[in-house]
Amino acid sequence: MTGAAPKTIEAAFRGMLGGFRLDAAFTVPALGVTALFGPSGCGKTTILRCIAGLQRLADGFCAVDGDVWQDRTSFRRPHERAIGYVFQEASLFPHLSVRGNLLYGAPRDPRVAGAGTIAFDEVLDLLGLEQLLDRSPHNLSGGERQRVAVGRALLSQPKLLLMDEPLSALDRLTKDEILPFLERLHERLALPVIYVTHDTTELERLADHLILLQAGAVAAAGPLNRLQSDPALPLATARDAAVSFDATAESYDPTYGILTMRIEGGRLLIPASDLAAGERRRIRIAASDVSLTLEPPKASSILNILPARILSRTPTGQNEVIVVLTLTADGAGPRLLARITRRSWEQLKLAEGMPVFAQVKGVSLARK
Amino acid sequence: MQGLPPDIWQPVRLTVELAAITTLILLLLGTPIAWWLARSKVWWKEAVATLVAMPLVLPPTVLGFYLLVVLGPNGPGGAIAGLWGARTLAFTFEGLVIGSVVYSMPFVVQPIRNAFAAIGDRPLEVAATLRASPARAFWTVAVPLARPGFLTGAVLGFAHTVGEFGVVLMIGGNIPGSTKVLSVAIYDYVETSQWREANILAAGMVVFAFAVILSMTLIEKRVARGGA
Repeated sequence: MTGAAPKTIEAAFRGMLGGFRLDAAFTVPALGVTALFGPSGCGKTTILRCIAGLQRLADGFCAVDGDVWQDRTSFRRPHERAIGYVFQEASLFPHLSVRGNLLYGAPRDPRVAGAGTIAFDEVLDLLGLEQLLDRSPHNLSGGERQRVAVGRALLSQPKLLLMDEPLSALDRLTKDEILPFLERLHERLALPVIYVTHDTTELERLADHLILLQAGAVAAAGPLNRLQSDPALPLATARDAAVSFDATAESYDPTYGILTMRIEGGRLLIPASDLAAGERRRIRIAASDVSLTLEPPKASSILNILPARILSRTPTGQNEVIVVLTLTADGAGPRLLARITRRSWEQLKLAEGMPVFAQVKGVSLARK
Repeated sequence: MQGLPPDIWQPVRLTVELAAITTLILLLLGTPIAWWLARSKVWWKEAVATLVAMPLVLPPTVLGFYLLVVLGPNGPGGAIAGLWGARTLAFTFEGLVIGSVVYSMPFVVQPIRNAFAAIGDRPLEVAATLRASPARAFWTVAVPLARPGFLTGAVLGFAHTVGEFGVVLMIGGNIPGSTKVLSVAIYDYVETSQWREANILAAGMVVFAFAVILSMTLIEKRVARGGA
C-alpha cells in the first residue's frame, strides 16, 4: 500500500461465553457506518461489548486507528476507551435532566473542546433536542429518550460510536421518526460507527459497510452493495432483496417534480421534492422492481432504463432467478439485482456476460 | 415543667449524641461494605453478610457480653484505651459508640446494599462508556440513585441506636452524662418509682417511634413514585 495507511478498526475476539462460541475477526475502515448484521443470538451484541471493554475475553484484540485497546497483554477499561455507546434501551440517568445527561460525558477541560470536536449546539440541532433540555428523562417519549442517548454519546467526543440495536425497543412509528436523525448524523459527522442490527431497513438506510455474522463467526464482510448483491449470501435471495446506492443530486425539474441523481455507472430520475445539487442521499432499489430487456424500449412509462451487464444468475425457488447486474463496463462499480421468472430468462436467452437494459420501476429515496 | 428533675434532659441529649455519631460512623463504614456486598461476585460474601446481620438475631446480652470481653481491660479495647492512659473502653461513651455501631450495622448496611443492587449494571456501564472512572461513576451515579437506601439506612440506624437497652446495660452501665441513655434512664426512673419522669421520656419515645415509621413509609412511597 502506498502513502499513509487508511484508518481502520481491527477486532478479533475468541472464546466461550456461557455455552456459546465466539470466534470473530474483522477489519473495517474507520469511516462511515459498519453494520454488524445477523439473527439474534449470533454474537453481535457480545462483539460490541467486547469492543467497548464492557466484556472481557482473554483471547481478544482490538485496535482503532492504530491505537491498541486490547491485546494479549493489555486491556483498557471502558472509561479509558474513546467510545460512545448507545444501548438498546436509552438508559438515561433518571436523576439528571436532559441537559445533565447530555453533558455527563462531555470533557470539562475546555482545551479538549478544540477543532474537530462535536459541539453542544450542533448536537442539539442534529437531534432536535433544544426543547427537551430542562425536562426530566421520566417525561420523554421513547424516541426522545433514544435521541438524548445518542446525543450524550456524541458529546463524550468519541473516536468510535457503538450502537447496539438503538431502534429495536421502539415501535415502527418511532423508528421512522428517528431514522432520519441517524441519517443526518451519518452525513454530517465524520465519526465511524459500528451499528448492530437485525433489521434490513436500518441496514439499507444507514450502513456503508457490512459484517454478516452467523453463530458467532463472520460469514462475510465488505461494502454494503457488494454483500447485498452476493447470491451466495442470504440477503440477495431473500424475498425482499434490494440494493442500496449512495446518490448525489444533480438537477431538479420543477415542472414534473423529477429529481435527477447520479450514482456510479448511471443516472436515476426520481419523483421527489427538490434537493440542492451536490446533496447526497441513500437510495434503494428492490430486486422485484427491476426487469430486463434486450433492446431499449422506444416508448415506456418507466423513467429509468440503465444499460447493464449480467454477472451471474441464481435460481431461487422453482421458477424464479435472481440476476446480478453491473452498471459499469469493467464490472467494478455497484451492483443491481433483478428478480425475474425462469421463463423470461429462458425465452430471452439470457446468459452471463450478456449486455442488457435494466428497467427500474421504483426507486426509493431516503427522506428527511 | 415544674418539679422536673434538672437532669432529665441529660439522657436525651446523650442519646441523640450517641445515635448521631453512630449513624455517621455507620454511613462511612457501612457504605463500602454495602457496595462490596452488592457488587462482588466472590462466593464467601454471603458469609460476611451473615456476620453483619448477626445482631438481628443474637440476644443483646450475648452481644453485650462479647463486646464487654473485647472492650474490657484484657481485650483489644483495653489496649486502645491504654493509648490515652485509661484502663478500659467498657463503661465509657466511646465504648458505647463502638457497641452501637456493631449493634445497628445491619439496619444501615441492608437497605444500602439493596439500593445498590437495585441499580443494576447498566447505569454504571453507561457511566463507564461516558469516560467516568469507577470512582466518579460511584459518586455521580450509584450514590444518587441509591439515595432512598441511604435515607432508610440512616433513619433505621439512628432509631435503632436510640432504642437499644440490653447492650448498653451490659457494656455501658448507668453513668450519668457518659453512658446513661434514654432507655436506661426510663428503667432507672421506674426502679426508683419516679413514674412521672418515666412517663415523660416513654411518651417521647412513642412519638419518636411513630415519626420514624411514618417517615420511612413516606420515603418508600417517594421511591416507588421515582422509579415509575
